[in-house]
Amino acid sequence: MDGGEPCLLAGWGRTPRTLALLHRPADASEVAALVAAGNGRGVIARGLGRSYGDAAQNAGGAVLDMTALRGVSELDLERDRVTVAAGTSIAALTRFLVPRGRFLPVVPGTGHVTVGGAIASDIHGKSHHRDGGFSEHVLELELLTPNGERRVVPRSSDRDAFDAVAGGMGLAGVILEATLGLRRIETSRIAVDTERARDLDDLMARMESKDGSYRYSVAWIDCLARGAALGRSILLRGDHARNRELSAADRVRPLALGRTPSLPAPPWAPSALLRGSTMRAFNELWFRRAPREERGRLQGLREFFHPLDAVRDWNRLYGRRGMLQYQFVVPFGAEATMRAVLERLSTAGVGSFLAVMKRMGEQAGLISFPMPGWTLTLDMPAAGAELATLLDGLDELVAAAGGRVYLAKDSRLRPELLESMYPGVGRWRELRARLDPDERMRSDLARRLGLIGTAP
Amino acid sequence: MRDALGSVQSVLVLGGTSDIALATVRALVADRTRTVVLGVRDPERFERADELRAAGATTVEAARFDADDVNSHERFASDVFERHGDIDLVLLAFGVLGDQQVSERDPAAAVAVLRTNFVGAVSVTTAIVRRLRHQGHGTIVALSSVAGERARKSNYVYGSSKAGLDAFFQGLGDSLAGTGVDVIVVRPGFVKSKMTAGLEPAPLSTTPEAVAEATIAGVRRGAHTVWAPAALRYVMLALRLLPRPIFRRLDI
Repeated sequence: MDGGEPCLLAGWGRTPRTLALLHRPADASEVAALVAAGNGRGVIARGLGRSYGDAAQNAGGAVLDMTALRGVSELDLERDRVTVAAGTSIAALTRFLVPRGRFLPVVPGTGHVTVGGAIASDIHGKSHHRDGGFSEHVLELELLTPNGERRVVPRSSDRDAFDAVAGGMGLAGVILEATLGLRRIETSRIAVDTERARDLDDLMARMESKDGSYRYSVAWIDCLARGAALGRSILLRGDHARNRELSAADRVRPLALGRTPSLPAPPWAPSALLRGSTMRAFNELWFRRAPREERGRLQGLREFFHPLDAVRDWNRLYGRRGMLQYQFVVPFGAEATMRAVLERLSTAGVGSFLAVMKRMGEQAGLISFPMPGWTLTLDMPAAGAELATLLDGLDELVAAAGGRVYLAKDSRLRPELLESMYPGVGRWRELRARLDPDERMRSDLARRLGLIGTAP
Repeated sequence: MRDALGSVQSVLVLGGTSDIALATVRALVADRTRTVVLGVRDPERFERADELRAAGATTVEAARFDADDVNSHERFASDVFERHGDIDLVLLAFGVLGDQQVSERDPAAAVAVLRTNFVGAVSVTTAIVRRLRHQGHGTIVALSSVAGERARKSNYVYGSSKAGLDAFFQGLGDSLAGTGVDVIVVRPGFVKSKMTAGLEPAPLSTTPEAVAEATIAGVRRGAHTVWAPAALRYVMLALRLLPRPIFRRLDI
């Protein structure tokens, strides 16, 4: 086992880096030794570093890169479940499962997320309105508890520990392995229906009336459109294609995965690329490019689920000061808040190349992000006092409507709003403290938001 | 922790009664700073705590700090970090202007200016840096001065103390690359404040609030050097390039 390497770490947004000792444990016993060691500033697990903010960094303490613990240890095709090491990426797991006719019920917007990270952030995907969050499909997990015990935590029978871990941002221990329920699929294609929505009301009406009949649903929304066009968007919905929907040629190998090369992002990009006028033009083009209406177009899984994975390190396009992603959800009934947020964003000209809107469904967990309602996600360059003020204002609107921002993406929330956004946080703290009475698990996110006790 | 947009949650100010320091702290608290520790010579007479609490700070403490008492600095730093945990931003704002005419005649008076502005700053910063390195993050802001950029005949004692301080923090900043700790040197021009009361304002004079704003903007963008006002960067560049025989004749 190595002694760790001092390393400046940041999240996917590349905003403030802090120094930690980065370790790369090879197995569970090394994880246990590293959690036990500590230097008084705690330890946190890190997967592929796709949290936008500071969830997987730990200033002055230890960070465990978990990606060496990877691979499938058991596949049960009869009961449709797979047991997999926590450092395995969703992309790798998908490549393993699809040729065998199985798929994960919840797939995030990038494949470069580990299973451990997916549970810790209780991520969601385009099927949330039907299938809930990732953790709802975790049958059991193996946890290295902060006091060094390897503990199997079944979702059904050890609910307290499970609820501390699922959505617990890595602060309840280190996830070593998980057993996940699977969905059967006939093909490796998604049959996609596309339609354009002319404005926000039109989009919400379309989603409300028909989302229930699709497994997957997501809207790309033009945040820079103003006035009557506010909220114009492209709605993409679909489900796994059945064998009979494929062409005769494709039916020979219905579960084949296409080759999907990824290109590196250019090492530098002109900053004009990220300017308002360019983004406006891009959004215009994106909107016009989409068919007004199209039914049953077949798309590959990666093309549908992970379009941005085709460009490696796209976050670097935002330059030295980095970027942030703002994602919030407001409950059904708070449509006026969604409109108010969009208006403020479009007035301020804070747009994103691609903003995403989705309807969310029921959600288990204590501090998991989703709730039945509307969620909006957008990227922006991390710059300026004006942006800080704007986002603080949006937080107030969202909190007042009973909504919340997503901790896995957060890098700037005012800690005062945490309790009102996450009413379950008190109970979560209690359950977490039972697993970690000595506060060994720490992260910059936990420090910044006061998620756990008062220790630095 | 400093967040993605450069907002900080805790601040330690050395020289907590300085006008620039107070203007900065007020702006930080209005944003989201909740822990404010102010190193001042006489904590009993510090009167701003209630005002800062009313503005939203949850912890405001005036701690006894004497820049000249270098033997106390190690203890001071360990107390602050022990009681308050991580400090996101350290602002060095203490300093004396001295009286140039007196300093020219009285070695003790000249040394007093250097002791406070330079020796005191080096001493307390050295004690603090060790803690910041340990916590793996943090920003140090040192209030330098344009007077240190090129010493003038009319205030070279003060100017040389700031030149020393400026050089120290530049070198420190480079030595801390890769540690998660950043250093920002702020070079204000003539600031209308308690320190300069009764003096004739120089061209491009500024206010404590404007220096505070420029400083916070510098923290947000991760600057190394902040000029306040920004135009002074070019004024000073021109002054630096002036040949000595001409510079000497300038009435500045």
